[in-house]
Amino acid sequence: MNRTIIGIILFVVAVLAFIRWFSIEDEYYNLKLEKLKQEYSVTPVPSVDHSKLPALQKVFATPQEVTEACNSCHTERHKEVMNSAHWNWERVTYVEGRGVASAGKKNVLNNFCLGAQSNELACAACHIGFGMSDDHFDFNNARNVDCMVCHDNSEEYLKGASMAGYPDRNVNLTKVAQSVGHPNRINCGSCHFYSGGGNNVKHGDLEMAQLSCDRNLDVHMASNGMNMSCVACHTAENHQIKGKLYSVSSVNYNRATCEDCHTTTPHFDDLLNRHNAKVACQTCHIPVYAKENPTKMTWKWSDAGKLRDGEPYREFNGDSTVEYLSIKGTFHWAKNVQPDYVWFNGTADHYLLGDTIREVPVKMNTLFGSHGDKNSKIVPVKIHTGDQIYDKVYKTLIQPKLFAMEKGDSAYWKDFDWATASEAGMRRVGLPFSGEYDFVETVMTWPINHMVAPKEQSVGCAECHTRHDGRLEKLDGFYLPGRDYNRTLDASGSFLFFAALAGVILHAILRYRADRKRKRELLGIGSESVKREEL
Amino acid sequence: MKKVYVYKGFERFWHWSQAGLILFLAFTGFEVHGSIHVLGFEHAALFHRVASWMLIGLIIFAIFWHVVTGEWRQYIPTTQKLAEQIRFYAVGMFRGEPHPTKKTGLQKLNPLQRLTYLGFKLVLIPVTVISGIIYMFHKSIDKNDLVVISDIPLESVAFWHTLGAFLLMVFLVVHVYMTTTGRTITSNIEAMVTGYECEEEEEAAEEPVGGVAGAPAAEVAEAAEKKAGEETGEKA
Repeated sequence: MNRTIIGIILFVVAVLAFIRWFSIEDEYYNLKLEKLKQEYSVTPVPSVDHSKLPALQKVFATPQEVTEACNSCHTERHKEVMNSAHWNWERVTYVEGRGVASAGKKNVLNNFCLGAQSNELACAACHIGFGMSDDHFDFNNARNVDCMVCHDNSEEYLKGASMAGYPDRNVNLTKVAQSVGHPNRINCGSCHFYSGGGNNVKHGDLEMAQLSCDRNLDVHMASNGMNMSCVACHTAENHQIKGKLYSVSSVNYNRATCEDCHTTTPHFDDLLNRHNAKVACQTCHIPVYAKENPTKMTWKWSDAGKLRDGEPYREFNGDSTVEYLSIKGTFHWAKNVQPDYVWFNGTADHYLLGDTIREVPVKMNTLFGSHGDKNSKIVPVKIHTGDQIYDKVYKTLIQPKLFAMEKGDSAYWKDFDWATASEAGMRRVGLPFSGEYDFVETVMTWPINHMVAPKEQSVGCAECHTRHDGRLEKLDGFYLPGRDYNRTLDASGSFLFFAALAGVILHAILRYRADRKRKRELLGIGSESVKREEL
Repeated sequence: MKKVYVYKGFERFWHWSQAGLILFLAFTGFEVHGSIHVLGFEHAALFHRVASWMLIGLIIFAIFWHVVTGEWRQYIPTTQKLAEQIRFYAVGMFRGEPHPTKKTGLQKLNPLQRLTYLGFKLVLIPVTVISGIIYMFHKSIDKNDLVVISDIPLESVAFWHTLGAFLLMVFLVVHVYMTTTGRTITSNIEAMVTGYECEEEEEAAEEPVGGVAGAPAAEVAEAAEKKAGEETGEKA
């Protein structure tokens, strides 16, 4: 008997060991990943050294002359560039609920410096052209294409501040022209890192720290890792660059995805691979963003306009981020932020100039998607909130004129008068302004795609599969094991279990008592001896 | 007392490994469900999956065994003596009445057991296992050419699986308790371990203590065993 019991115990231990043995994930050599690493560690040698080309051996008086020199060899490239969103600042696409619409920086408002219209002199520093000073820019003039801002490899090129997209006067154009090649990180970063008026203001996952970082910040761009450039993933064909920025883009087309390289089955564990059907790679592999420098989380324009001694001022937080600017309002910054999560199918809508406000907070962009949608996945996002000026009568957001070189030109940043700034801005975009304005809450959603963490730092199962405070706590419309349960079933199931337990305990007690009583009677022994037995 | 061989080798192996696996699956399953926190979700889910495949394999063997040995006939339901059996557990047991049915190799289950185990085998296990398999392969989108079950919402799959789990736990409680209602408290479990059931002899039922179920009976039985061991000099 005892031997059998020991046998059973040993058997159970063996079964458990068996389970454990089957469960161990072997540390296979991930050939798929190694192949990718090999592929991307080879840096192609350019077939042309531009510093040797005769057409570039001269002093360029204007940046347009450089473009002409480029076009003298690359005779058709400018046409491709002029067909891109980087040039046109708009793209005609189908938008759900809106139909075919043109959307881009020309007519989309954002939650930061609001919009480029009427502020081109400053905003055009991030346009790949020269001379966009107002709304009369000629989008058909090939001479104004700025090749250098993307292709300069000398790190010399710099767009001038408030110069309508012209380079800074100190730039040595000959040196820049002779250095051109594939875009480096700083070429993309000069706009995409500093958009919104400073480093990491808008994106949260794209900032100057990625110019030189370690694997903990970004496994792809790490200097001690793959050291990849932006265009390694954001490849281009005919200057149509892969990847969509959903602050302005609307369509699920020509996107740069993780799966492009890593395939849909990058894990050894099939269960993890199957998550990809509903969960984007980024959701688990970007546990936090803004790892190095803080990003703006809120921007309240309603606080703008306070002056000290008639002069605008600024206040700083302890970590030297700007807390208040008279010209812009109050900000809140954050570092190491855990993303929010939404369903997203790759299509989006935007607040376009002139749209009537239907809900508060006003959604500056709307990412479409739901659990029921076959193309939707859970993606990490940065949610940026704030408030903006709007027209109380027409119920539209206002595009104010913010920037001007001098006072008295209706610009808010010089005159601090919302009424005249709104009037000037709205007149420029051809929309009515009633003169009555107030501030309305706004929200903008930024998909987080960069700052991929090393795999050891990936989001763990229990961070979502948990009943309380999980990362996906706010997402509903689907059953998430570990988070969701049927309350009625759990309550009645537990009740049944404990009722059964109570039932058998009661039965056992009754049995025991009946047994003792009967034993006493059957044995015919007096109660005294039973008592003695008990003692 | 004479010993009767009731449970065959495979049967005992099947019973105990199934018991162990179901307990382990309940333990890991309720962690996946979010009711308890011991191993952590990741390990619980992983172990649950591995153990579930082992249980499925075991069940396939068990079905095969039942079919080829004809043991499945043990579960053919009957109403004969069913009322007596229920009455025994509800009343007779407290009065020290003998079991209304006898356990033999040919007929090892009493009518109540037949019904319960038939339900266990035909309803409870299939509901839990099938919903579990659907759960395991459930993914509602086919972009990756993966095995997909999209028409059944995971919520209802999980409902049936959890329901099965709760009912199995209720079964477990009652089942384990019922093992103590044999000749002695541990005699039924002993039988499932060794395969041999000690059958009560006719006059044994007349003895004051021997036929009584419950703690004192066990003590008596233990004492008797001890005595026997001393006598033969082969005390374990």
